[in-house]
Amino acid sequence: MNSEFAVILVDSTSHAMRIEKILTMHGLTCKLVPVPRHLSSDCGVCVRVLKQDIEEIKTLIDTHHVIVRSIEVL
Amino acid sequence: MSSGISSLETGLIYLDNAATSWPKPPGVAAAMHHFLDQIGANPGRSGHRLSVKAGRIIYETREAVASLFGAPDPLRVVFGMNATDGINLALHGILKPGDHVITSGIEHNAVMRPLHDLETGGVEVTQIPCFVDGSLDPAQVELSIRSNTKLIALNHASNVCGTILLIREVGQMARQKNLFFLVDVAQSAGVLPIDMEKDCIDFLAFTGHKSLYGPMGTGGLVIGKRIEPEALHPLRQGGTGSRSEREIQPEFFPDRYESGTMNAVGLSGLLAALQWLQQQGIDQIRSHEMTLCTRLIEGLLNIPNVTVYGPTEMSRRTATVGFNIQNMEPSTVGLRLDEEFGILCRIGLHCAPSAHRTIGTFPNGCVRFSIGAFNTERDIERALKAVNELAKEAQ
Repeated sequence: MNSEFAVILVDSTSHAMRIEKILTMHGLTCKLVPVPRHLSSDCGVCVRVLKQDIEEIKTLIDTHHVIVRSIEVL
Repeated sequence: MSSGISSLETGLIYLDNAATSWPKPPGVAAAMHHFLDQIGANPGRSGHRLSVKAGRIIYETREAVASLFGAPDPLRVVFGMNATDGINLALHGILKPGDHVITSGIEHNAVMRPLHDLETGGVEVTQIPCFVDGSLDPAQVELSIRSNTKLIALNHASNVCGTILLIREVGQMARQKNLFFLVDVAQSAGVLPIDMEKDCIDFLAFTGHKSLYGPMGTGGLVIGKRIEPEALHPLRQGGTGSRSEREIQPEFFPDRYESGTMNAVGLSGLLAALQWLQQQGIDQIRSHEMTLCTRLIEGLLNIPNVTVYGPTEMSRRTATVGFNIQNMEPSTVGLRLDEEFGILCRIGLHCAPSAHRTIGTFPNGCVRFSIGAFNTERDIERALKAVNELAKEAQ
């Protein structure tokens, strides 16, 4: 499957909200979506982002000390 | 300050803001109404657009609380029902049999009852007596430290006589000695500056419905960065909408402590209240309340058979004023103020027998006037006139 998206998997909705806020503040495109079933059986949300932004996002996540479970390319 | 609801409209004078503030800023009810009408979904559960909207409101509220108290991270704001909930989580979560905890002589039962329960389970408790005006000597706290002392738990401001405790002095000392520090800010949040970093607070228990001007059923515990989740046991376990594949409680903030559906309606109201508070400025509110409090205390002290409790210097107190009329039971005063003058206040022991023992009013208690942001000079003048009349009768 080839897409322009990746998802950031997080421990909880609160973490997703935090990432959404940080990315939006930096003008990056993102959307909270349900976690795709093939990635996790979780009932929560993850942050869908553009693949092309991944490197910048990784830096932001480090700078803001946000804990993420993984970043998965769709 | 105006709430849109004035005492002129209701004909009542509300001086019971230490029990719960009323009226609320106009945006609070509107935000709650909007949540129920337009959002309504369960935050942090489903992932659809309304659920995400609900979650976003809760996250915004976490940020607003974190910013007000100088919290290290919005995710360390744990929501619960009220300050009592937060205090219970901190005390039951951190103390183990054999640990020693130090507290003060003006504590509310929100602290004393959990401590008494823990004491029967083997936790050692020292209650440091306060002076008759409710103040605490931080040096006495230091002298009570033992090798097994783990926590110091203090009320920031008395709910009976308004006395402010010197939390920064105690907090800095606690940090030097490597002890944890819990502060109950139920009576001070929103009127006094509080900074978890500078005041060296590890656990900050707050309520939304008093001087933060939000609705009842909101509050919780802000957890400092020295506390690791494994060191603080949750009071409740259950569904969090996260890590649903596992049947053990999550180990991360805030989910570890927030099982079950949250009071999202209430938190929407709290967010609106915190935004209002930020617009007004807590310095402005404090200054308004203390202007009225100065007049109230001055007026009460001018009545010969009235005793006022707590400090008379405004810098050492909040706008919560305990007093008694000689030879008139507080219950009689309270009833007559309500029925004959439309003045609403709280009488009795205020869930704080320790504080009443400290100020010498146990077991009869006292009358308490507690001023809020929406009180006016006229309210205070009318209250003083009423107390004057009752005091004359009692002479």
